[in-house]
Amino acid sequence: MFARGLKRKCVDQEEDGEDALAGFGTVPSYSLQRQSLLDMSLVKLQLCHMLVEPNLCRSVLIANTVRQIQEEMTRDGMGRGAAPQSTGRAPLDRLVSTEILCRTVRGPEAGCPVPDLGDSPLQGTPPELCIVNSAEVPRSPQSSLWEMDSPRENRGSFQKSLDQIFETLEHKSPSSMEELFSDMDSSYYDLDTVLTGMMTGAKPGLCDGLESFAAAAPAPGSSCKSDLAELDHVVEILVET
Amino acid sequence: MAGAGGGGCPAGSNDFQWCFSQVKGAVDEDVAEADIISTVEFNYSGDLLATGDKGGRVVIFQREQESKSRPHSRGEYNVYSTFQSHEPEFDYLKSLEIEEKINKIRWLPQQNAAHFLLSTNDKTIKLWKISERDKRAEGYNLKDEDGRLRDPFRITALRVPILKPMDLMVEASPRRIFANAHTYHINSISVNSDHETYLSADDLRINLWHLEITDRSFNIVDIKPANMEELTEVITAAEFHPHQCNVFVYSSSKGTIRLCDMRSSALCDRHSKFFEEPEDPSSRSFFSEIISSISDVKFSHSGRYMMTRDYLSVKVWDLNMESRPVETHQVHEYLRSKLCSLYENDCIFDKFECCWNGSDSAIMTGSYNNFFRMFDRNTRRDVTLEASRENSKPRASLKPRKVCTGGKRKKDEISVDSLDFNKKILHTAWHPMENIIAVAATNNLYIFQDKIN
Repeated sequence: MFARGLKRKCVDQEEDGEDALAGFGTVPSYSLQRQSLLDMSLVKLQLCHMLVEPNLCRSVLIANTVRQIQEEMTRDGMGRGAAPQSTGRAPLDRLVSTEILCRTVRGPEAGCPVPDLGDSPLQGTPPELCIVNSAEVPRSPQSSLWEMDSPRENRGSFQKSLDQIFETLEHKSPSSMEELFSDMDSSYYDLDTVLTGMMTGAKPGLCDGLESFAAAAPAPGSSCKSDLAELDHVVEILVET
Repeated sequence: MAGAGGGGCPAGSNDFQWCFSQVKGAVDEDVAEADIISTVEFNYSGDLLATGDKGGRVVIFQREQESKSRPHSRGEYNVYSTFQSHEPEFDYLKSLEIEEKINKIRWLPQQNAAHFLLSTNDKTIKLWKISERDKRAEGYNLKDEDGRLRDPFRITALRVPILKPMDLMVEASPRRIFANAHTYHINSISVNSDHETYLSADDLRINLWHLEITDRSFNIVDIKPANMEELTEVITAAEFHPHQCNVFVYSSSKGTIRLCDMRSSALCDRHSKFFEEPEDPSSRSFFSEIISSISDVKFSHSGRYMMTRDYLSVKVWDLNMESRPVETHQVHEYLRSKLCSLYENDCIFDKFECCWNGSDSAIMTGSYNNFFRMFDRNTRRDVTLEASRENSKPRASLKPRKVCTGGKRKKDEISVDSLDFNKKILHTAWHPMENIIAVAATNNLYIFQDKIN
């Protein structure tokens, strides 16, 4: 049952790829469940790049979950060298897109010498004490998902934010764009609907998500329009109109 | 400690009998986001109850003195002061908004007629002084009663101004602003038992402040990795020990708690004690780490124990035993089979708080559907109660609620699938000495009292 936390089943009960496709409409196989959990997590990470600074704890937890899934997939992939084509192909695609997402967005490495809280005050003060001078404006080194600024921040921030948003949207696969908007359907959050959806397979989201992975269909035009409207809104706020 | 459920109670029921006392806030179905309560805290005497909301406002309620002229008010809480603590800001360097939401309020122990509290949003901590003014000076020499300067040539005699009573005015003024010390979002503040210092914790760092000094603080914990891509764990909560001013704890997103002693070194990156419960391999899933993330940590009043809240349970730890908690209380175990859906709608990331009663004999925490749970540590009994307008008749007893986990649903039970996950009780507070509790349900604040009280 999908509703349960995805427990790992015994190896000899593990379904093959054939089951995954044949079983659609009934209970999805463990691999498919795991796959859609991975995709859901990736979408969640992408949604973080919004106007208010993302919740770091949430991002870290989701990223750790993604890593766990990927590690398990890799282990499974290696352990089952004769895996059928259909199951074998999808996870690799997803692994690639994860790579792109986790890579540093702006290029400069995290190790660049940007003065940071707790770092620079070490010079000229007793080695034991780290006095944080609050007159300093905190500037953090660039990194992947966790922070959105870079050393060249001052003038570039507006451009950078737009770039990030574009880059993020660019890397979204068509299927996850669809998922993005199914996420925003508020009735979807009602557990009742979700659970009913599981049974009937009529609700958008997970079940459709599974479908779209198999079909890899491009996003409908309406998604693109809403996307652009969203971008407009973001641009508006950035230029403070 | 009236009716605290410990020893010394009359033989009979040690159980609490919670009754509705008051509810504060709008009745509107349409809740304005700014009105959502984000923190609740009693002061040291319990006479004042402060709430902070998403709109950056602080509202303080004061308990009425029981008087013969108004026997039914029975220690009611009424609005004492309201002020705007934090305003929304924009970080120009990062092109990000800084929310004005009040994350935490902590009272300072009272030292004179005025009251002091610390309130914080994601980035800035402020020390507020709340003082009463009930007298006004009249008869100034140089000023008229309306404040206009008198013509000096017309002053022919000198007089001594006299103090006249006036309507009570409660003023809140910001006395200190502690800013620019946190790159990440502040999740905790904690006043030290020395009453001179306090700590503030964000996702990766903890700073120590002196209440008088705003332009610098000491960094005492820093878990930021050199390469941010290696980040796998963040700080979720921190608190000073109630009696030992050199000891504090902080919890992490991996379900661990570290106790640090500031005497051992200036930078407490190495803990003195490390509390972690070994994982149960039979219940491992992809969500294990997320649900183990600790959302709140609170020392007992005695200082001997501490309590942690993770997504599904509350655990009590003995500070002398690091290997596992001494008590584990399930809050809503029926959600374990729904973790995937709760992950999808982000509810799995909700941060519930927990609190002790004054005698440390009971603990309380919130849940969904406006339910909150109470555990009596002595009798080992627990109860689920609901904060709702339907049960809001004065002094009406609260009926215990029950969630049906499967099979036939009995009358009065509610099934898991019918729970409203938008109605979450994240913030609760227990009066430091009496059995009075404050429960924040979205934009409403419920106050319940124990009947025996």
